[in-house]
Amino acid sequence: MPIDFRSRDGILRFFRVLTGFVLTIALTFLGLLAITFFIGRVVPIDPVLAVVGDRATQEQYDAMKIAMGLDRPLILQFVSYVGDVVQGDLGRSVSTNRLVAEDLARVFPATLEMATIGIIIGVGLGVPMGVTAAAHQGSWLDQGIRVLALLGYSVPAFWLGLVGLALFYASLGWVSGPGRVDIFYDGVVDPVTGLLLVDSILAGDWEVFRNALSHLVLPAAILGFFSLAYIARMTRSFMLDQLGQEYITTARVKGVSEWRVIWVHAFAPIRVPLITVIGLSYAGLLEGSVMIETVFSWPGIGNYLTVALLNADMNAVLGATLIIGAVFIGINKTSDVLYRVLDPRST
Amino acid sequence: MTPLLEIENLRVSFPTTQGRIEVVKGVSFTLGRERLGIVGESGSGKSMTGRAILRLIRSPGEVTAERMMFDGTDLLSRSERAMRPLRGARMSMIMQDPKFSLNPVMTVGAQIAEAVRAHESVPRRALANRVREMLEAVRINDPDRVARMYPHEVSGGMGQRVMIAMMLIPRPDLLIADEPTSALDVSVQAQVLDLIDELIVNNGMGLLLISHDLNLVARYCDRILVMNSGEVVESCDAADLHAATHPYTRGLLAAIPRIDETRDVLPVLDRSAWSGT
Ligand SMILES: Nc1ncnc2c1ncn2[C@@H]1O[C@H](COP(=O)(O)OP(=O)(O)OP(=O)(O)O)[C@@H](O)[C@H]1O
Ligand SMILES: [Mg+2]
Repeated sequence: MPIDFRSRDGILRFFRVLTGFVLTIALTFLGLLAITFFIGRVVPIDPVLAVVGDRATQEQYDAMKIAMGLDRPLILQFVSYVGDVVQGDLGRSVSTNRLVAEDLARVFPATLEMATIGIIIGVGLGVPMGVTAAAHQGSWLDQGIRVLALLGYSVPAFWLGLVGLALFYASLGWVSGPGRVDIFYDGVVDPVTGLLLVDSILAGDWEVFRNALSHLVLPAAILGFFSLAYIARMTRSFMLDQLGQEYITTARVKGVSEWRVIWVHAFAPIRVPLITVIGLSYAGLLEGSVMIETVFSWPGIGNYLTVALLNADMNAVLGATLIIGAVFIGINKTSDVLYRVLDPRST
Repeated sequence: MTPLLEIENLRVSFPTTQGRIEVVKGVSFTLGRERLGIVGESGSGKSMTGRAILRLIRSPGEVTAERMMFDGTDLLSRSERAMRPLRGARMSMIMQDPKFSLNPVMTVGAQIAEAVRAHESVPRRALANRVREMLEAVRINDPDRVARMYPHEVSGGMGQRVMIAMMLIPRPDLLIADEPTSALDVSVQAQVLDLIDELIVNNGMGLLLISHDLNLVARYCDRILVMNSGEVVESCDAADLHAATHPYTRGLLAAIPRIDETRDVLPVLDRSAWSGT
């Protein structure tokens, strides 16, 4: 039942629900930490060796092992790992030689910016397309949308990226090329949020904003196309499900307009499953699309993680994994909250 | 006076893998401001007849008729858009199972109000009052609380009363009730039917009651049509039902158990008597 803030009971219930949420988030996050910690121990990469190098003597090696606290019992190591992470200390990356936390603060916003524009395109076009396709099932409109959605499944991302660059950048010149901004705009605005569009608005620098946008538009549109394909397909099938339900007939019997039948009666019940689909899709984009980030030289988390993996840079890998895991937890919990708000049947 | 409903040679067909099959094969009847019952076994085309009248059969289903008039106006020539002012406002239908026929994410009050708002613009307060009065008319105590409830929070009997309220609130002239009580407990079936009956008679409406229960139809209707595999095989006054002549109707009658029963085994319908197979 939706929470009623006017009554005392409602407010109490709200706080109970809130405490529950905070607790489950904390617990899930602890589980995530346990997993990354465990991964850090089982991979065949010796963290001590990574620091001292393979020409160190046994004495140097042992001393470093003690200095890094790796001689202590696992449980103590885990506790101090949790303590470090909570304080934002993810260690130092051996490949960039910077703090992992600093690296992530730089690369994650780049991915976040692209993924967010991508999902806005995906939802903004995918949902209406799915609904329209279902409402006109079997028509040429439906067929067209289905073909488009199918393309989203079968066309490789790197190919679309390259063709897009060749067409819109090299031939037509409508958009800017790879990278987040042109080289001489780099570092012009202060990185407040790390999101270039937001930072340039905050700085009031419209030139940078326009430039960043023209760099962002193509890769974000390609990501958007992939999530659009998925979202439109799912929306269509959810809607077809609903349109076959008895209460849709009831609405028609009442003389309700077809627009209302579709957008109010059939659409309202699918908001909840749709949120899951959109959340999953968004989380997938936030993981960073390695293909797109590579083709567009996008300094995002997908690129960062790939480079870290290739260099066996464990701190960076774990840090990036942690961020991605946290994003999943965050999106999951957000859709949980939205469920409760939108579905009267959930308690 | 023109009758409320005139149906002549109504046919409904659906495409199947074996070609188009007719599920309603030339049904004709007229209905005034009276209560007409349609009985027949499962699959005999009762629901399709009811839905065809409201023009609710969507493609690939196909409806044809020589004549389909409602209150002197032609139903067949109307576009989907032109049907809308009739639906709900002038002719309405009570659906079978409130569990599936109410929108799960809308309060029942909003769904009842929508039936009015689809046809007239009424100020909010006046609309709320009208919803309350209608809920009272279908014997719901505490209508304000119920109006704020969601369908999953009301019982089956209550859900069906909500359905009745929703379909009668725009004051239609014709009500089609398709097995309005078959999803309900026996104990509340009579209550709901009595309620429909009372509202119909008081408002001088026409009723088309669809059921597979011969007894029930005989009790609540003035006239009865018996349908079998898409055709009307018998048409008589409810009072004369016992004198029905068609073997299918006789078979149905014979299969009804009686209080003063002496038979050990109820007879099974003998289809060879009328279908010739
Ligand atoms: N979409 C469809 N496609 C093909 N056949 C259909 C379709 N809808 C209904 N039918 C068939 O039409 C016939 C008549 O159905 P109808 O629902 O009118 O029966 P009924 O008399 O209401 O039965 P019941 O008592 O079970 O409700 C059935 O045999 C059914 O299988
Ligand atoms: Mg039926």
